[in-house]
Amino acid sequence: MSRIVDRRLNNKNKSAVNRQRFLRRFHKQIRKAISHAMPKRGITDTDQGETVNIPAKDLSEPSFKHGLGGKREMIYTGNKEFSTGDRIERPPPQGQGQGNASNQGESEDDFVFELSREEFLEFFFDDLELPNLVKTQLKKVEKFETQRAGYQKEGMPSNINIVRSMQKAYARRIALTAPYKKQLKQAEKQLQQLIEQGKEHSQAVLELKADIETLQRKIQAIPFIDTFDIRYNSFIRVPKPTTQAVMFCIMDVSGSMGQYEKDVAKRFFILLYLFLNKVYKKTQIIFIRHHTIAKEVDEEEFFHSRESGGTVVSSALKLMKTIIQDRFATDDWNIYVAQASDGDNWNNDSHICRNLLNQDIMPYVQYYAYIEITQHGHQSLWREYQILSHKYDNFAMQHIQVLADIYPVFRQLFQKKLH
Amino acid sequence: MNKQAISTGSEWSHALLQQYDQAIAEIAHEKYHLDTYPNQIEIVSAEQMMDAYASTGMPLNYPHWSFGKQFVNTEKNYKRGAMGLAYELVINSNPCISYLMEENTITIQALVIAHACYGHNSFFKNNYLFQTWTDADSIIDYLLFAKNYIAQCEQRYGLDEVEQLLDSCHALMNYGVDKYKRPPKMSIQKEQQRQREREEYLQSQVNHLWRTLPQKNEDTTAQTQTQFPSEPQENLLYFIEKNAPLLEPWQREIIRIVRKIAQYFYPQRQTKVMNEGWASFWHYTLLNTLYDQGKVSDGFMIEFLSSHTNVLFQPNFDSPYYSGINPYTLGFAIFSDIKRICQQPDAEDKRWFPDIVGGDWLTTLDFAMRNFKDESFIAQYLSPKVIRELKLFSVVDDDKETELYIAAIHDDQGYQYLRESLSDQYNASYYEPNIQVYNVNLRGDRSLTLRHYIHDRRPLGHTTQDMLKHLYRLWSFPVHLEEVNINGHIRHRHTCPLRQAQLQTH
Repeated sequence: MSRIVDRRLNNKNKSAVNRQRFLRRFHKQIRKAISHAMPKRGITDTDQGETVNIPAKDLSEPSFKHGLGGKREMIYTGNKEFSTGDRIERPPPQGQGQGNASNQGESEDDFVFELSREEFLEFFFDDLELPNLVKTQLKKVEKFETQRAGYQKEGMPSNINIVRSMQKAYARRIALTAPYKKQLKQAEKQLQQLIEQGKEHSQAVLELKADIETLQRKIQAIPFIDTFDIRYNSFIRVPKPTTQAVMFCIMDVSGSMGQYEKDVAKRFFILLYLFLNKVYKKTQIIFIRHHTIAKEVDEEEFFHSRESGGTVVSSALKLMKTIIQDRFATDDWNIYVAQASDGDNWNNDSHICRNLLNQDIMPYVQYYAYIEITQHGHQSLWREYQILSHKYDNFAMQHIQVLADIYPVFRQLFQKKLH
Repeated sequence: MNKQAISTGSEWSHALLQQYDQAIAEIAHEKYHLDTYPNQIEIVSAEQMMDAYASTGMPLNYPHWSFGKQFVNTEKNYKRGAMGLAYELVINSNPCISYLMEENTITIQALVIAHACYGHNSFFKNNYLFQTWTDADSIIDYLLFAKNYIAQCEQRYGLDEVEQLLDSCHALMNYGVDKYKRPPKMSIQKEQQRQREREEYLQSQVNHLWRTLPQKNEDTTAQTQTQFPSEPQENLLYFIEKNAPLLEPWQREIIRIVRKIAQYFYPQRQTKVMNEGWASFWHYTLLNTLYDQGKVSDGFMIEFLSSHTNVLFQPNFDSPYYSGINPYTLGFAIFSDIKRICQQPDAEDKRWFPDIVGGDWLTTLDFAMRNFKDESFIAQYLSPKVIRELKLFSVVDDDKETELYIAAIHDDQGYQYLRESLSDQYNASYYEPNIQVYNVNLRGDRSLTLRHYIHDRRPLGHTTQDMLKHLYRLWSFPVHLEEVNINGHIRHRHTCPLRQAQLQTH
């Protein structure tokens, strides 16, 4: 007697460990693929998986094989016109579609596969050397709450609302039986009258009695409860209530900011964005680029156009101040600022920047993070900002030389939110 | 029709599966005397099926990136709709475990039950190769032991160490089987018990072998080179496990595990045509008998026949879908033809198969199933009729000739030739290069020399240098591979690591 076992409810991710091994093994290639992909992705769609290409030769599993040459014989099916002794031109070596191909290893196509969102973020975070607690916090999907949302006509049996269903049934019974009941009442009244008149045995009485019986049967035929009476409790998933945030990305686009600096800046912005996106229900991003004058732009222009000229940081701060005043009344919005620069600024301007921040900006923002991406010494802006960082807890600054330097800027921010 | 069909719809249910299984079992055992292991039928989802694919069909296995690669690939193709998953997967164990996909209709489930649970199952239990080489009772236990042991090694020696070792072992997996002697029975208790003893013993043996070196060194200059091993050995992994000088005991144990698993799969590689042919023959016969008994409807039969035809589809050589001879088709054709020869022989059959003509077809088939592997099965039973039906022909590609030529086709002169030639094609030593351990330089640099015995002048392919690297990783001293032609002349010599001079020319 055979045993039949239903395994469908067993866990199905038996191969997860093998998949992890696979990712681990090709760590280098995958990281390379991801850094290739980074420039093509917007800040806001960091939250997705990624397609990764790995050259086939990197993942070949060799075994001893025969090479070309020598004598080989193959049996094929479906002969049409050949007879023994026929000679055929040798097909070109690469087009050996006739089964010989199996002797010559696999094709050299790339191995393409999808990284899931979690895996992608894991790789993304790896460069930044984030602490594990922060990683898990960032990767967590937004929490939902289940809320009652009235009643609906379809649902699972366990969600049937009995009171509501009975009400519906009752209403339907009243509505459907009403005309019969009215006739019944009338007929009973007439019958009563006839009986009182002493005409019990007349034809009319018999007919009335028959009518009454039919009506009663009709009333009884109305079902007590019907499928369309049933109401189900309806539940909807509501995101946990959080407020909204706006994130200002400020970047220096003067000629001295090269592709590498921009790439570092981008990762810096992405990290802040990921954080805000977890904590707040809605995050808006404002991109401000500046050289001597500042301009609000879209993401594409922010990262990809280059201009040369001097640098006046205060222009960007002034623009931000106006935008805050115009659009983000501070009670409703949590304001975060991330600024990236190579530290170059017109000397007399740095002082203005400090004052602007001190008086008009810092009082309103939640967190201000500044990174300086440079291989050279610090200039006046750094020194002015240092004064601010001593004064404000929520002002963080960092000199970036390698990617792993980014996280410390946010350390305080993450700590505050996580504990 | 006086009997009611078991089912009419296409949905399956637990109860229906049981009824079909019972009906099929009754026919298989009572009417056709199939001898099977008890069955365990497991219903799985598509994801679980892909999991099973990834770990070479085994219900449990040690983790390795190559299984992950396989999984990622299967998943990708399946999700894109580029490939369907098999209806079933069956494991040579006792009880015989078959996975059935939940998406199958009841007809397909019945087909699969007949095919796997009675066809493959009886083959596993009775074919001599499986009886000799595999241990259905203990394979699951052994895999459990292997999985735990490798997990322990990973903890103690690091993931990378173990992974590299497994990479090298996997590369040599096909050269880790004994082809001529029977391996001892496996059992988890004994395995664990003996594993430690073996560890110590093995190491002492190896030490003994190499310890003799220094003392003898002084007066060996004049001594003649001794050959070690005295006979060439074809089981490379076994030789390395027992003799590699620097391997740690746990590394030897892992090599042994890979070797054991390779040995377990060895009969399957050698009986693909027979195994699939046998299972197809029986699903066809069993379900037709069900139909004759009135237990299944016409609709059922139409769906069944359509799947059956798909499975047995053999594209012609010039079709874009051609990928070699379909083992299902060839095996089914031969088994069906044996039955025909027994029941309705013609003059040709009497010439070709005088000993089975007019015999009892069940006994004849049973004998064929038990005592052959693909190579000998084809040599014995491929009939002119099957050759004609498949329109077989042979193409010879000889690099001494400017053109290919047709050596034989499906005519009177060609039958015997095609039969022998096709049988050769299923001979492992034909499609796998014949490589053996030839010598170890015990007195000198401890280098290992392998020999490739060239057949039909076919040299080794482009993977050879990679393979030598794997061998070098296991052996830890230089590895040479000589390609020797039929006259004993060395045609090529490969070495790993490449010497300085060679490196410069590359």
